[in-house]
Amino acid sequence: MDLSDAHSVVIVGGGQAGVQTVYSLRQGGFKGSLRILCDEAYLPYQRPPLSKAFLKGDLARERLFLKPENWYVQNDVDLNLQTRANRIDRSNRVIHCADGSQFSYDSLILATGSRPRQLPVPGNNLKHIYDLRGIDDVDLLRAASTPDKHLLIVGAGYIGLEVAATARSLGLNVTVIEMADRVLERVTAPIMSSFFTKIHEKHGVKILTNARLDHFEGIDGAVHSAVLADGSKILCNLVLVGIGIIPNTELASEAGIACKNGIIVDRYAKTNDPRILAVGDNANRPLVHYGHKGRLESVHNAIEQGKIAAATVLGEPHPVEDCPWFWSDQFDVKLQIAGLSQGYDDFVVRGDENSGRFAVFYLKNGRLISTDAINSPAEFLVSKKLIISGVHVVSSELEDTSVPMKNILNRYAI
Amino acid sequence: MASITFIDFSGEKRTVEGKDGQSVMEAAVGNGIPGIDADCGGACACATCHVYVNEEFLGKLLPQDDMEISMLEFAENVKSNSRLACQIKVSDELEGLTVTTPESQH
Repeated sequence: MDLSDAHSVVIVGGGQAGVQTVYSLRQGGFKGSLRILCDEAYLPYQRPPLSKAFLKGDLARERLFLKPENWYVQNDVDLNLQTRANRIDRSNRVIHCADGSQFSYDSLILATGSRPRQLPVPGNNLKHIYDLRGIDDVDLLRAASTPDKHLLIVGAGYIGLEVAATARSLGLNVTVIEMADRVLERVTAPIMSSFFTKIHEKHGVKILTNARLDHFEGIDGAVHSAVLADGSKILCNLVLVGIGIIPNTELASEAGIACKNGIIVDRYAKTNDPRILAVGDNANRPLVHYGHKGRLESVHNAIEQGKIAAATVLGEPHPVEDCPWFWSDQFDVKLQIAGLSQGYDDFVVRGDENSGRFAVFYLKNGRLISTDAINSPAEFLVSKKLIISGVHVVSSELEDTSVPMKNILNRYAI
Repeated sequence: MASITFIDFSGEKRTVEGKDGQSVMEAAVGNGIPGIDADCGGACACATCHVYVNEEFLGKLLPQDDMEISMLEFAENVKSNSRLACQIKVSDELEGLTVTTPESQH
């Protein structure tokens, strides 16, 4: 369906993907009405600093905002904050909100994001147990993060480890427990897990792997300790749960939009209702460089899909998909990840782990599919190009640090 | 505070007010300057805020760190006056700063 007749576009969700869609629509010359429905109380903001500089107190709230308030005015974007969309009437093309307001649309963009997975254990409703998704969560966590606290972090993924690093810099006593046998198990090779474990331990973080939480115990309604499945007890008076996110698909699925691990979209960000598009980490999209679909939880994905959705609405040429990428900052380590490593059949390491600068290249059938680069931006940037090109790479060259990355790039003439 | 002028590849000029403590990238994004996507929000992780700095201001900027040098090494159309806008801090000294955005970022 051609959406170039669309005069009114409503975006549900005020995160990175929703705002990018609006921005790209106006940049692309969209003249119709634009409205963002956002259930939070703040101007749309960027989330990556939440677990880092913002939690630490180094970044004022205003600097999180993606655009200043007057940008929305100048660009004729209606921003409805604290407005939760709760039902889509597809046949009449109207979206209904919890406060009784309703808005008609020619095209609807679902940028509903995701929410933290809850920890289903007894005692999870005790006081001082938090998760981290929004500004309010961080305000609570920061206020509680006094140096006398024993912080227990459940889950050694990026959120867990980033908060661990920040909390150590604030002087808290920090323990991380992880069900898997190593940190970042879902996303990295063992050598990378071992590197991050060492970095955290060097900075005084205690890390327990193969640790399954059984329940929390409290005193006067506040968390006091965590009991593991093996019966051991960890004293803690502050808990952060970081065990992954769940895409917010209910609004879509209740309206009959096809969902499976997110809202299913095609390459153009369209759902099975061609007037309804989905963008961001709630969207299960084609990963064109990998030949399958997937849901990506990243800023790059949110921005790319926002641009794609805007092009679809405007009837403009489809933007070229870049290599997916991610980053994480912990202590003095910058991790940059190019591509997706799931399904790798080989990996090679370039550089010395002990030098604090090295990279792991993940290969599949002789092609590079992903790279984890530690304080190594050249390895990261060249990898993005190699991954997209799909060329066969010589792994012995990748690991030879005497060959500059620039030469490797030139060798493949891409 | 400093007024900063962004010139896009077609020569169009846009002048904005940068606040102390902000980066030039933040001043651009906050004012919707085209050609500065700043995907990573200033983490020096993406090189999408690449700008060419007016020569007379080059000496007034803090030197590049290793991360910025490496990021720029692989950016498109790099010149001797290339910088990442997220790494340039706004100060009174930069009043009148002019930067140009590369065509590849449009």
